[in-house]
Amino acid sequence: MSFDNAYEAVSEANDEARWAFGTGFEDPLAGVDTTLPTGVDGEDLAAYCLMLGDDALIASHRLQEWCTHAPELEDEVALANIGLDLLGQARLLLTRAGKAEGSERSEDALAFFRDEHEFRNVRLTEIPNGDFAFSIARLLVFATWRLALLQRLADSKDPVLAAIAAKGVKEVTYHRDYAAQWTVRLGDGTDYSRKRMQTGLDAVWPLVDELFAPHPIERQLADAGIAVDPAGLRAEFDDVLAQVCTAATLTIPDAPPRAGVSGRTGRDGVHTEDMGFLIAELQSVARAHPEATW
Amino acid sequence: MTTTELSDLERHFERTIEHDLRVEPRDWVPDEYRATLIRQIAQHAHSEIIGMQPEGNWITRAPSLRRKAILLAKVQDEAGHGLYLYSAAETLGADRGELTQRLISGKQKYSSIFNYPTLTFADVGVIGWLVDGAAICNQVPLCRCSYGPYARAMIRICKEESFHQRQGYELLMTMMRGTKAQRQMVQDATDRWWWPSLMMFGPPDGDSPNTAQSMAWKVKRHTNDELRQRFVDMTVPQAEALGVTLPDADLAWNQERASYDFGEIDWSEFKQVLRGNGPCSAQRVAHRKRAHDEGAWVREAAAAHARKHREAVAVA
Repeated sequence: MSFDNAYEAVSEANDEARWAFGTGFEDPLAGVDTTLPTGVDGEDLAAYCLMLGDDALIASHRLQEWCTHAPELEDEVALANIGLDLLGQARLLLTRAGKAEGSERSEDALAFFRDEHEFRNVRLTEIPNGDFAFSIARLLVFATWRLALLQRLADSKDPVLAAIAAKGVKEVTYHRDYAAQWTVRLGDGTDYSRKRMQTGLDAVWPLVDELFAPHPIERQLADAGIAVDPAGLRAEFDDVLAQVCTAATLTIPDAPPRAGVSGRTGRDGVHTEDMGFLIAELQSVARAHPEATW
Repeated sequence: MTTTELSDLERHFERTIEHDLRVEPRDWVPDEYRATLIRQIAQHAHSEIIGMQPEGNWITRAPSLRRKAILLAKVQDEAGHGLYLYSAAETLGADRGELTQRLISGKQKYSSIFNYPTLTFADVGVIGWLVDGAAICNQVPLCRCSYGPYARAMIRICKEESFHQRQGYELLMTMMRGTKAQRQMVQDATDRWWWPSLMMFGPPDGDSPNTAQSMAWKVKRHTNDELRQRFVDMTVPQAEALGVTLPDADLAWNQERASYDFGEIDWSEFKQVLRGNGPCSAQRVAHRKRAHDEGAWVREAAAAHARKHREAVAVA
């Protein structure tokens, strides 16, 4: 559209076929075989897709909450961008979950009409944002872990998971870089910012161990070459965090992990008290109008 | 500078305007031209940034993931528009930090439309349709503004605004095909946003003191009333296609003028909102101020880190 005829462009008749739908994403699954891999239990694959999909959906939700609150306009743009990337990953993974379980539940049915205990995200993603330092610490931990995971998942025997992971690697590489740069700026900035960054990292740390504790479904699917066993990601994670913390003049915290309930945590659908409020907000409009189309 | 040199510069400036050429940052311009443009571009930038709030209000509650992505991308675009515009103002010698101070201290204004609340998800669609539609009518002529950096920023902004308007309208179309409650939501939102959208074009021509000078400098290309009429003429058929009623009993096609007649705007409401007494005026500025104040330590840390880095490089 040339700017000279912008009036015509916006006032043209409602020729819906010509109007822009969606957000301009290309279909990352174009040409990918979407049939279920043989010898894999559909329910298990669906559960695994929900784990990774819910991580992205809930992490994105917390980033959306930053909108209009960021310390600088460049960070408004960056945080929204990261939130959009994760939302895109969530949509693909939830859609795959609906297909795998055979229910054909849509991404929206899964996002808006499941109850809290059916969400399988790690608790790290759901706790409230805190200040900018806490959010950056959370993003650094989350993106470092997820990047290591997606890099391995790109070799999955499930072509759909492999394609989603390959796309995600490019995105999360940037997320990790953004978080690492801010960690260094804040850690090696003023005395005051170093204290706040260290406090943020300390507050996030009790939720780190949960990221590497495999759920039985993860282990089983990892054995079949479909999934990634998160236990194998710890060394890479520790190495990256050590590098960033050294550059940022920060100390890797030494804090005991936050307990689950009788050993059950996010992957088992057992969440923090904060999760209920997040879900209530996320689902409020969709549930008030269950018959509606949007 | 001698009087002769100054008059040469003035003549050059006037010729540039007269021949519809672009004024660029290196060119001499009259002080009043510079001040007018800084004020206008800053207010436009502030409007983009404050405008993120009413729509940002619905991102976490958007009722489908696709709508959520569209809305988040749109609000992100607005932050981007604010960035281009502050940069355009900086080419005239303004400073982004100072302009932000003027916004949060209430010394500079932003579009009054953002002082109204977004009460349902239909507001997201109606803002796209009416508010972005009105903004496009106002802004397309600015793509031909005499000041180059502003004109070029506006080209990109108008393209994105046009995309937003279509997305807003498409949301409303979908909602109108949905449940009765959804259709009522769309009508209610239309009722609330119609008149404030008409006010976006500013006071009537007889009461717009800056228009004549801005038009002479080719900063502005059409009067407020011309643009308002263009918006009404463009929007009425869209409302009919959508199946909503515009809340104006006097709205009627005028064969003779080949335009729509419409009712009297409540200018007392316009003036009240302009004076800072809109339903969300205090809240919007306080929100922006809080975000800015809470980010101060982050910006200081980034500056301190950059300084250390520069010193380290200098030593090495």
